[in-house]
Amino acid sequence: MSDFQLEILKKLDELDEIKSTLATFPQHGSQDVLSALNSLKAHNKLEFSKVDTVTYDLTKEGAQILNEGSYEIKLVKLIQELGQLQIKDVMSKLGPQVGKVGQARAFKNGWIAKNASNELELSAKLQNTDLNELTDETQSILAQIKNNSHLDSIDAKILNDLKKRKLIAQGKITDFSVTKGPEFSTDLTKLETDLTSDMVSTNAYKDLKFKPYNFNSQGVQISSGALHPLNKVREEFRQIFFSMGFTEMPSNQYVETGFWNFDALYVPQQHPARDLQDTFYIKDPLTADLPDDKTYMDNIKAVHEQGRFGSIGYRYNWKPEECQKLVLRTHSTAISARMLHDLAKDPKPTRLFSIDRVFRNEAVDATHLAEFHQVEGVLADYNITLGDLIKFMEEFFERMGVTGLRFKPTYNPYTEPSMEIFSWHEGLQKWVEIGNSGMFRPEMLESMGLPKDLRVLGWGLSLERPTMIKYKVQNIRELLGHKVSLDFIETNPAARLDEDLYE
Amino acid sequence: MPTVSVNKQQLFDLLGKDYTSQEFDELCFEFGMEMDEDTTEEALKTGEEPELKLDISANRYDLLCIEGISQSLNEYLERKERPDYKLSKPTTKLIIDKSTEQIRPFATAAVLRNIKLNEKSYASFIALQDKLHANLCRNRSLVAMGTHDLDSIEGPFHYRALPPKDIKFVPLNQTQEFTGDKLIEFYKSPEQKNNIGRYVHIIEDSPVFPVIMDSKDRVCSLPPLINSEHSKISVNTRNILIDITATDKTKAEIVLNILTTMFSRYCDEPFTVEPVEIVSEHNGQSRLAPNFNDRIMDVSIKYINSCLGLDQSADEIAHCLKKMSLHAVQSKEDKDILHVDIPVTRPDILHACDIMEDAAVGYGFNNLPKGEKLSNANFIAKPLPINKVSDIFRVASSQATWVEVLPLTLCSHDENFKFLRQSDNGDLAVKLANPKTLEYQVVRTTLLPGILKTVKENRKHSLPIKVFETGDVVFKDDKLERKAYNERHWAAIYVGKNSGFEIIQGLLGKIMQTFRTEWIADYGVAASGRGYWIEEDDSVKTYFPGRGAKVMFRSKEGAEPKQIGHLGVLHPEVMMNFDVPFAASFVEVNAEVFL
Repeated sequence: MSDFQLEILKKLDELDEIKSTLATFPQHGSQDVLSALNSLKAHNKLEFSKVDTVTYDLTKEGAQILNEGSYEIKLVKLIQELGQLQIKDVMSKLGPQVGKVGQARAFKNGWIAKNASNELELSAKLQNTDLNELTDETQSILAQIKNNSHLDSIDAKILNDLKKRKLIAQGKITDFSVTKGPEFSTDLTKLETDLTSDMVSTNAYKDLKFKPYNFNSQGVQISSGALHPLNKVREEFRQIFFSMGFTEMPSNQYVETGFWNFDALYVPQQHPARDLQDTFYIKDPLTADLPDDKTYMDNIKAVHEQGRFGSIGYRYNWKPEECQKLVLRTHSTAISARMLHDLAKDPKPTRLFSIDRVFRNEAVDATHLAEFHQVEGVLADYNITLGDLIKFMEEFFERMGVTGLRFKPTYNPYTEPSMEIFSWHEGLQKWVEIGNSGMFRPEMLESMGLPKDLRVLGWGLSLERPTMIKYKVQNIRELLGHKVSLDFIETNPAARLDEDLYE
Repeated sequence: MPTVSVNKQQLFDLLGKDYTSQEFDELCFEFGMEMDEDTTEEALKTGEEPELKLDISANRYDLLCIEGISQSLNEYLERKERPDYKLSKPTTKLIIDKSTEQIRPFATAAVLRNIKLNEKSYASFIALQDKLHANLCRNRSLVAMGTHDLDSIEGPFHYRALPPKDIKFVPLNQTQEFTGDKLIEFYKSPEQKNNIGRYVHIIEDSPVFPVIMDSKDRVCSLPPLINSEHSKISVNTRNILIDITATDKTKAEIVLNILTTMFSRYCDEPFTVEPVEIVSEHNGQSRLAPNFNDRIMDVSIKYINSCLGLDQSADEIAHCLKKMSLHAVQSKEDKDILHVDIPVTRPDILHACDIMEDAAVGYGFNNLPKGEKLSNANFIAKPLPINKVSDIFRVASSQATWVEVLPLTLCSHDENFKFLRQSDNGDLAVKLANPKTLEYQVVRTTLLPGILKTVKENRKHSLPIKVFETGDVVFKDDKLERKAYNERHWAAIYVGKNSGFEIIQGLLGKIMQTFRTEWIADYGVAASGRGYWIEEDDSVKTYFPGRGAKVMFRSKEGAEPKQIGHLGVLHPEVMMNFDVPFAASFVEVNAEVFL
C-alpha cells in the first residue's frame, strides 16, 4: 500500500467523510487520487463519487490585460492624451491587435465617438470623467476569474466571448468525495494479479488478496502445431479397422502394372477403366515385368480368354503386353490382389485393410481430384455369406456412427455379388451412397490358387467424402493438396467419426 | 455406368402402373438400377414429355433401351413371361472375304422381317445403337453396326476390304458420291470432328477399308464410319438388314443378339428373327447368325444357399431366378444341381456366381438374413511398420508446433527439378504419359515442391510459417517388377523474415531424439554409437551456397554412417520460383531408416 493510500484512509478515519479530495489533498493530482481510490475501493475500504468542475485559466494575453488594463482603456487614455486620433493612426499607435479590439470595445461601451473629420474623440459622457475611475470591466472579470471567485455569477456569454478572444482557457478539475466502505480500516494489503511460484513456495499466498479476474475473455492465443484433418479422419478409420482385427496392407506402391491393377482383378483389357481418359499411364519407365508366378499368369490368361474355374471367360484375345503397361494405381485393390495372391501360399481366414492414395486421370472439379485416398477392407473366411457381409458392413459403419444401411445391387468387374451401400442423409433427405462392397469373383481368387470355399469380401469408400461431410467442406481442393488453408488445418477440431457423421 | 433416358409415361404404361417417384425409385433400387433423374418438373416448363434417367449397370446391355428395361422389370415384377426368341429361315447370305483379316476380321448379320416401327420405337432403335457403340463397342473400335432397308438392296452380301480409292458411294445424309480416301478427308473436317470424325482413326491408316456390298456391288456401309444413303432406313422400313463388323467376335455376337432380341418384338411374328447365312470359308467360321441357342449352366443349390445364408429349395431358388429372366430346373440325376437356362439377352452371366447374385437380387438383398458368423475375436490387428514410423514423425513434428500439410504427389517436371535448381538425369523420376494438365507430369521425388506450393498459397498467413509433411516419393528402379518404388519421407520447412536455419536444425534434433538418436559432436567422431550429425554439403543446388548440409546417421555401434537426408537455407531463386518472397530453411529425411 502506498503512503498516499494510507494517508487517505487516516484522513477518512479522522473526518469520517472526505467531501473534497481536492481540498483535503491539494498536492495530489486527480489521476493519482483516482488510482488510489480505485485500489482502495477494490478492497472495499471506501466508496467514492466523482465531481467534475469546470475551471478557467487566464492565457498569457489575458494575464497581460489583467496587469496593464484592457485595450479599450488603453485607447481612451491615448485619445485623452492626444485630444483626437485619426482612425487610420489607431493601428500604428497601438499595434493591430490592441488597436482593433480596443476601438471596437470602446465604441461599444460608448466611450469614444467619431467626428466629421474621421477622428476619434472621447464621447460626451467621458469628457469630464477621471479616467482612472472608469470601470475596466474586462480587467475586473479577468481578475475575478484569476481569483476563482463567484464564477457562476459571470454571464456565460461573457465567458464565451473571453474564450473566443483567447483570453481565458477552459479546464476541468476533478474532485472526489469519499465515504467509508464496508471493510474500512486504516491498514491494507495490496491485491495481487497472479499467483506466483514465490507465493506458492513461501506460502505467502495465504496472506495475500487477489484481484478479481475478468472471465469474459478468451485468454491468449497459443502457438501450436496441428495434424491434417484428412489424416485425423484416416486415423479414425484405422482405429475402427484395428478394433475389428484388420492388419494394414503395404499399400506404399503407387506405380502398378496393368496386370495387378486390372488383369488380376478380372478387368477385361478393353474395359473403359483402362482408357487413357481415366488412367494415368507411365512413359518412363515404360514396360513392367510380368509376375513370376507362371501358373497364375496362365490362369489369368485362361479366365480372360476362354474361361476356367467354371467361368466361360470374356472370350477375347488377351495380350500380355497390356499387363506390362505401367500405370499409377487407380484403386488400392491392386494391393489387395497382391496380398490375396500371397495368401494363396497359406490360405486362412484373413483381414486386411489399407487407406492410401489412388490416382485418376480426371478433370479436376469441386468433388474430383487426380489424387484421392481410398479406404479399403478385405475379409477372407471360409463359406461366408452375403448376409455376413451385410451384417459386417452394418457393424463397420456403426462404428462411424452410421446406421440404417440399405444395399443396392450393382456391377463391378471383380466382385459378384456387388452391393452399393446407402445410408439415409437427414440433411439432404435422401439415400446417399457411402461405399461399395462385394464378394471377389472366383475367376480372380481361384486363379491365384485360393481354395473355392475361402470367400473374400471387399469394400471401399473414399476418405475425402466422409471428411468433407464431417468438416462441412464443399470443395475437395480445400481438403487435399497445396491449396488447403493453414488456418483451416490449425483450427479444425478432433475427427471423432462416431459424432453424427452423415446427419 | 451408362445412363438411359426413357419416356416416363411410356415406361409406366409398359409396366401397367403409374408409379410415384418414390415407388419407382424403390423398384429400381431393389432391382439394381438407379433413378438418376425424373424430369417431370422441368418438362412442365418446357412442355416436353417427362423422362426418367436411369443408371444402368455397365454389363447389362439388355437394359440400354426401354424395350429391354420394361421387359426385365415386368419379369422381375412377375407380370410377364420371358420371350422365347426364335429364328425363321434364312433368305440371304453374307460372304466374308479373307481380305478383311487385314483390318476388321469379323462380321455378322441378321434381318428383322416385316417390322413395324413408330416414331418412338424408331428413335429407341437408333438410340440403342448409339448406346452400344459408346459402351460395349468402345466407340466403334471393337464393334460397329449398320442398318439397311433390305428392300433397296439385294443379297447375297459381301464383306470385303478394298483400297480406299476403289470404294465409291453416297454416304448417309450426303448427296454427293465420295471415294473412300475423299470421305476420310471429309470426315476430318472441323465440322465433322466431333461427329463421325471421332471414328476416322480406327481405319484411316490402313491400306484397305472394310466395306459391305450387295450382290450388285453397291456399297451398303463403310464400317465403322457410315452407311450408304441408298440403303438408309426410315420409320416406315419393313425389312431391316443389320450388319455388324468387329475386331472382337464375342462382342459382335452380343451386339447382334441385343439389337435383334430387343426389336424383333415389333415384327409381325414377334420375337422371331430371320437369320443370315454367314459364309466365311477362309477361316472355317461359316454359320447361321444370330445364334439363339440358350446356354445352360449348371449351378449347385448348396453353393447358392451357402453364399446367401439361406436354405431354399430348388423351386424357391428357381422362383427367384425367374424374376431375373433365368429359367432353372432341378437336375433329375443330381438333386443338388439346377440347370439354368440363360437367355441370349444375358451375356453378363459368365459364372455360377453371376447366377448366385441374380438369386440374391430375386430374393432381395435387403431381405437376406443377416449373418452372425463373423467374429472379431480371432484376429490380431497390426499397423504397417512404415505407417507407425510416419506417425512418430507426425506426432513429434506437431508437438514441436509444426503444422501438417498434404500436398499432391504429382507435380510438374519444372517444380520437381528446374524450380529447385536441379537437373533431371533421367534415372530418378517416374513420368506420366497422358496427363490432362502440366500440373501432373512426374511423380515427385522430394516433398519440397508440394510444401513450397502450400506455403505460396498461404503467403498471407502470419510468419513464421512452419509446416511439415510425411509422405511418399517415388523413384525408378529397373530391377523391380513394377520398375518403381515408394519411399517414405519426412520434411519440414521454416519460412519467415529470416532463414531460421538453427530452428530447422533444432527440429531435426528433436525428431532424432524421438527416434533415440542423439547428436554426435565433431561430425560423428565424439562418440562411436548410434547417433546423427550434419556435415556441410554444397552438392544440393537447392540450398544457398555454404548453407546446405547432409544429415548423417549411424544406426548402431560399428555401423557405417550413411546419409539419410539433407537440410539447409533454401536458395533465394528457389523461393522466387515458387513466388514465396521470404527466407526459409528446409529439412528432408528418408523415414525408412527408422524401420
